[in-house]
Amino acid sequence: MIRALLLVLLATGLVLAPGCSRSSPAGTESSPRVLVGAGATLPYPLYSKWAAEYARVDPTVRVNYQSIGSGAGIRQVEGGVVDFGATDEPMSEEQIRQSPIKLVHIPTTVGAVVFAFNLPGLRDLALSADVAAAIFLGTVQRWDDERLRALNPGRVLPSEPIIVVHRADGSGTSAALTTYFSMHDEKWSTTVGSGTSPRFPVGVGTKGNEGVTAFVKATPLSIGYVELVYAKQAGLSMAQVRNPAGRFVAPTLDALDAAARSVNASAATSGERVMLLDSADESAYPIAALSYVVVPRNARDRKKGEALAKFLWWAVHHGQAFARELDYAALPSPLVGRAERALRELRADGHELLPAGS
Amino acid sequence: MNEPAALTPSSRSTHAPRPLGEPSHALVDRSLVALGGGAACILVVVLAVVAAVVLDLALPSVRALGFGFVTGRQWDPVHGDLGALPFLYGTVVTSLVALTLAVPVALGVALFLTDLGPLPLRRPVAALVELLAAVPGVVYGLWAAIVLAPLLRTTVEPALEAHLGFLPMFRGPKVGVGLLCASLVLAVMILPTIASLSREVLRAVPIELREGGLALGATRWDVVRRIVLPHAKQGIFGAILLGFGRAVGETMAVAMVVGSRADITGSLFSPGYTMSSVMANELPEATSTLHVAALAEIGLLLFAITFAFNVAARLLVSRVRGPEAALVRVVTPRLEEHT
Amino acid sequence: MRAELDAAYSGRTLAARAATAASCVAVAIAMVPLLAILLYVAQRGLGALSWSFFTRLPNPVGESGGGMANAIVGTLELVGLASLMGIPVGIAAGLFLAEYRTTMLTRVVRFSADVLAGVPSIIVGVVVYATVVVRMQHFSTLAGALALAVLMLPLVARTTDELARTVPDSLREAALALGASRWRIAIHVVLRTAGPGIRAGCMLAVARVCGETAPLLFTAFNNRFWNESLGDPTSSLQVQIFTYTMSPYDDWHAQAWAAALVLVAIVVVLNLAARRVLRGPKAA
Repeated sequence: MIRALLLVLLATGLVLAPGCSRSSPAGTESSPRVLVGAGATLPYPLYSKWAAEYARVDPTVRVNYQSIGSGAGIRQVEGGVVDFGATDEPMSEEQIRQSPIKLVHIPTTVGAVVFAFNLPGLRDLALSADVAAAIFLGTVQRWDDERLRALNPGRVLPSEPIIVVHRADGSGTSAALTTYFSMHDEKWSTTVGSGTSPRFPVGVGTKGNEGVTAFVKATPLSIGYVELVYAKQAGLSMAQVRNPAGRFVAPTLDALDAAARSVNASAATSGERVMLLDSADESAYPIAALSYVVVPRNARDRKKGEALAKFLWWAVHHGQAFARELDYAALPSPLVGRAERALRELRADGHELLPAGS
Repeated sequence: MNEPAALTPSSRSTHAPRPLGEPSHALVDRSLVALGGGAACILVVVLAVVAAVVLDLALPSVRALGFGFVTGRQWDPVHGDLGALPFLYGTVVTSLVALTLAVPVALGVALFLTDLGPLPLRRPVAALVELLAAVPGVVYGLWAAIVLAPLLRTTVEPALEAHLGFLPMFRGPKVGVGLLCASLVLAVMILPTIASLSREVLRAVPIELREGGLALGATRWDVVRRIVLPHAKQGIFGAILLGFGRAVGETMAVAMVVGSRADITGSLFSPGYTMSSVMANELPEATSTLHVAALAEIGLLLFAITFAFNVAARLLVSRVRGPEAALVRVVTPRLEEHT
Repeated sequence: MRAELDAAYSGRTLAARAATAASCVAVAIAMVPLLAILLYVAQRGLGALSWSFFTRLPNPVGESGGGMANAIVGTLELVGLASLMGIPVGIAAGLFLAEYRTTMLTRVVRFSADVLAGVPSIIVGVVVYATVVVRMQHFSTLAGALALAVLMLPLVARTTDELARTVPDSLREAALALGASRWRIAIHVVLRTAGPGIRAGCMLAVARVCGETAPLLFTAFNNRFWNESLGDPTSSLQVQIFTYTMSPYDDWHAQAWAAALVLVAIVVVLNLAARRVLRGPKAA
């Protein structure tokens, strides 16, 4: 019996061997440094691409990014459980005050929040801010509601109820959307308000941009809000949204670029909150969100901190080339400057993490 | 089972006179007993730690929200408006619907396996039931999200509304995911659990009773109805309670199809939320202390509910056989001989 | 009189037939969804299994291809580590419970084990997160394995306990009469007699823990790469099935089925092995 038990234990030990042996390879130098990041799902496809590409640029570093939502990203980086967080909604004054550690926001990319819908036989739909808000409030309940028909003359809208899909997790995408609605709709701003975890009056909740996209894809008559690349990769129809110039703009990379370019340079440099909603550019798509990586100002581990600073430096410069492939707008230059300044703030035991010359 | 007098520690020394020429076993003996005792105490410590940590995390919410937490219908972490009723509702509704669907079928299966089914079929069906009891919840969730939910949306829910739409619970948005979907996947998951536990309980009814009944001219069904079921009643009730406990605690399969919406509507079609799935979704991101504490308090409630059900169930099942019948059933060869 | 009895009897046989038929129907109803799940897993999983599934790391989001090599190893590591922690302690505790079955302490322990076995696994995950992950300031393989070990411990302890108690006391008394000490009896008599059962019970406990997903969400977390040490987060089949299922990509859905197939295969093999272990001594 004892022998048998020993055998069982030995077997489990053998299974474990690869893990242990990797943990202590012959030279400790060869073991890659692991940077763990977590948070926003909006930029996840881009960050995951960066992680894969950066493993080639610097084979000694592995960036493990998990998309668990902006709210969770901030919470985990505050708790020191991950090396960096990510969010599409910068922390509020209140959050910054309550945070146990000092955090630095580094802008990384600009994404568009699109209305993705699933109407068999219909690829185009025009929406205005107030009608979209009404759909998510539950006051416009059917696809052939007269307010929708008024915006879509000539399109055949089914006489069916609208199935609304929203995020169930704390989300920067939700924050961008609800801020946009609050700017345009009195009722929205008084009843729901804006934030990462708003209480939607109607609809089905699901986790992450991934979940909303999957739901819309699988469910006819549904509408949800996701980042452009998710809708595009899943082949979903996206609504054109009326911008302040009165034009219905489809969410394309050009329209998103226009929104990103119109960022207020002085606000960007002064470190104020950057708004990318309702761009003044008449060809711009009105709902864009700036995504940030959130890093502790003082790294616990200098080596890790340096690796992270180098990775982020690479991301806001070289990494931007991958942004366009995935339909994110490249970071406009005032924001690149802001990212650079933020990265120079990073310290470990009082030492700057970035080499002075970079 | 008799308790041999020798097996209490106090009387130990008198029963083990050390043979000459052997090394002192007393010390080894004592230290090994201490080791075993230590290992056993780990179980108590672990349970205490689990309870203490959950309680500690939940304390701010218990203090701040009091009893209103359990009756509050709003869940709005942003505005600090935290009521757990929607989650309690979701958990109770999905578990009860699952039980309603699964129990009759599971009992039928259990009786098939012990008394009623054709003999050559019993063993393969039993093996399959065991196997399915072991399939991980996340696999059930995968199936429910990709296969079951679309089926519900396109076929089952419209049909239910057409035929039973006069009941408010069968009306509403036909979305696929929702309380109904979660209930169905739970029913499928707990069916093997209840079936194999009940089978265990039924098997424990002495074979002599059955033979006596048959010898008196009773049919198999008479034996089941008059002898086996009355004998096994408590145990079966215990098996059902354990099934309920499993349904209440199941997280992943439910989180994948429940619709994640803290709302109380009368409809089974509408999306809902359960206690375990809200913890899985919101704990990693809850930022305010109160939000974390409220989620922990939901955990505390969940802990209390499963605690109560498991204790009750184990009391009932253990009158029949050892409480871990679930696991032991496959393991005890002696029992295999009955079928 | 006779006719009446006959009538009553035929009524009863009719009822018996109906009951048998009903139980067959119940089996049929039960088998439909259950077989559907197994068939879906087998069919879609086999369709998606490929060499790269076992050898490659996941591709970036939205790019098809890639595999789950790290998740497969991650699951094995987590479960292996959990077994190393849970099984020895569980068996020792179980033997103690069986050999000192009437003391106050054993009653408390047995009760704790029963309660612990019923605690929802998500709660164990939360507790390990609050006590280990937050303290260590890292999601880690170790934390995940610890959560799984906590789930495994009561199962192993109670199975050992139950099985050791089925060892006839006459054997213990015979050994005592020969002058064997208590630990010799526990190890050489009880453990050996109940050995196959305990081994099988451990395998079943391992199989159960293999599928646990909820406690890993906040402990082992997930990893796109190989985990370099036990202090790093790790990917696992369970968590990958969850994330891939919730994604909008068809390729990821296919991989989720493949992962489900692998996971179910592991569980089935462990279950079958447990049965074999039991049959073994009987056949001999």
